[in-house]
Amino acid sequence: MKILVCISHVPDTTSKINFTEGDTKFDTNGVQFVINPNDEFGLTRAMWFKEKQGASVDVVNVGGAETEPTLRKALAIGADNAIRINAQATDGFYVARQLAKVAQDGGYDLVIAGRESIDYNGGMVPGMLAAITDVNFVNTCIGIEVEGDTATVVREIDGGKETSTAKLPLVIGGQKGLVAESDLRIPNMRGIMMARKKPLNVIEPIEANQETKAVQFQKPEPKGEVTLVDPDNVDQLIELLHNEAKVI
Amino acid sequence: MSILVYTESENGAFKKGALEVTSYAKGIADMLGTTVTAVSINGGDSSELGVYGAEKVLEVKDDKLGNFNAKAYASVIEQAAKQEGAKVVVVSSSSDSKFLAPLLAVYLEAGYATNVVALPESTSPFKVKRTAFTNKAFNSTEISSDVKIVGLSNNAFGLKESSASAAAESFTPSLEDSNFGVQITAIDKATDKVSIADAEIVVSGGRGLKGPENWGMIEELADVLGAATACSKPVSDMGWRPHAEHVGQTGKPVASNLYIAIGVSGAIQHLAGINASKVKVVINNDAEAPFFKAADYGIVGDAFEVVPKLIEKLKEFKSNNA
Repeated sequence: MKILVCISHVPDTTSKINFTEGDTKFDTNGVQFVINPNDEFGLTRAMWFKEKQGASVDVVNVGGAETEPTLRKALAIGADNAIRINAQATDGFYVARQLAKVAQDGGYDLVIAGRESIDYNGGMVPGMLAAITDVNFVNTCIGIEVEGDTATVVREIDGGKETSTAKLPLVIGGQKGLVAESDLRIPNMRGIMMARKKPLNVIEPIEANQETKAVQFQKPEPKGEVTLVDPDNVDQLIELLHNEAKVI
Repeated sequence: MSILVYTESENGAFKKGALEVTSYAKGIADMLGTTVTAVSINGGDSSELGVYGAEKVLEVKDDKLGNFNAKAYASVIEQAAKQEGAKVVVVSSSSDSKFLAPLLAVYLEAGYATNVVALPESTSPFKVKRTAFTNKAFNSTEISSDVKIVGLSNNAFGLKESSASAAAESFTPSLEDSNFGVQITAIDKATDKVSIADAEIVVSGGRGLKGPENWGMIEELADVLGAATACSKPVSDMGWRPHAEHVGQTGKPVASNLYIAIGVSGAIQHLAGINASKVKVVINNDAEAPFFKAADYGIVGDAFEVVPKLIEKLKEFKSNNA
């Protein structure tokens, strides 16, 4: 089985978010970048397929040279090959078109992408990639098993979960649950050394349209002071929620 | 060129989110001087959509569409959009809508903006405000394609009644077998509980509750309020509560009207995930907990004393206001 894992290079979850150039660009100053958490769950599940079922695992990312350390980390975790599509990831549709080309050319059986990146939260790349390449797709995937050419997948739905089967090739939008948090791997020294020797191929993007563009960013208004209520007077809280906030 | 809106149903009735996206679509239609057409698949009583601004409802009744199927549903909406010549398609942020919308975007070659929180800032260029960086920021996104898909964030617009009355029309899309490549074998859904996605109120517990055995009062409080229950990341990592309850940056996003955090300290990742909620209440015995900086109302006190009192008083309040 050939697996392709799509990786986004995103600010660490603890990052403070700021913008520059008149609030038109994300300020990367002092920001630590990581593998997008939703992608990391998928990558870790791919490692399971590699170890238990002999799958090969490639990783791909759309980004500039600055994203290479994130791809190297994926190689250190255990991916076999990395591909960087040399373009800025600014529109989900554009990114999906780039990834679709790689997915098709590589003849992958399973493509795993995070259900969304934690920076732009577009949440559209996995589905678009599946539709462009015309293969089956399951989103918000929290479990996957593959036997022969058939996958059994578990999807998180609002208020529960749903199990389905689909023939490969398949694209999934993955998230926490594909593996447990405690199964995520920190690359060891051997992995890091080996990652340096593994191929990281840089390819140029194909011609493709951008359908959307983030033109301006804005931070939320600073929050007003909290209204404190005495623990012996919870009636006051109920009164405030009813009459002032009007939420109960 | 009406505005097309996909209105979801559950057990033969429209979901509240369906009424919200209809209200929102009506808002865009007014800006563009056009009308709203809804697509309903094995749906509820179409006249209900009229109350929120739909003038026409395309009713699809097909047993093959009894279970949600993203590809087939996207194909139905695509065919409806083409028939109506719709330039704007509105969907909700339910897990099903977020599943089908990217497919629809490809079928219609449409730019798609998710997590949109308000009516377009302008319609030419078409610009919408959405959340980004998991609620740590907003961004204005311009959609330049001919057809545009807008995904409205839950509870961002609310319900707005309108004077339209909906004309129902039967719609029979063509459905290819190739749409049914993903086949559902089991659905496991708690029918007696409110899901976090659909909830107007969410009650959330953190590590301060000391152990899973203490969740009884969280569930009781949620029950009194008709709320969903949620938890912080450490609580789900320790296995005190199911992963599906984990809310935050790597868990589920919450955009409820009221979010009550009990024994949750308020790590930056947690706050990001729940920040879209309108009103936040924190109950914590540590006055220095970061959550107090993010909350609208707070009680510094022992949850094991405050919460039972709150439950008791809320029951009184509910019976007086029933």
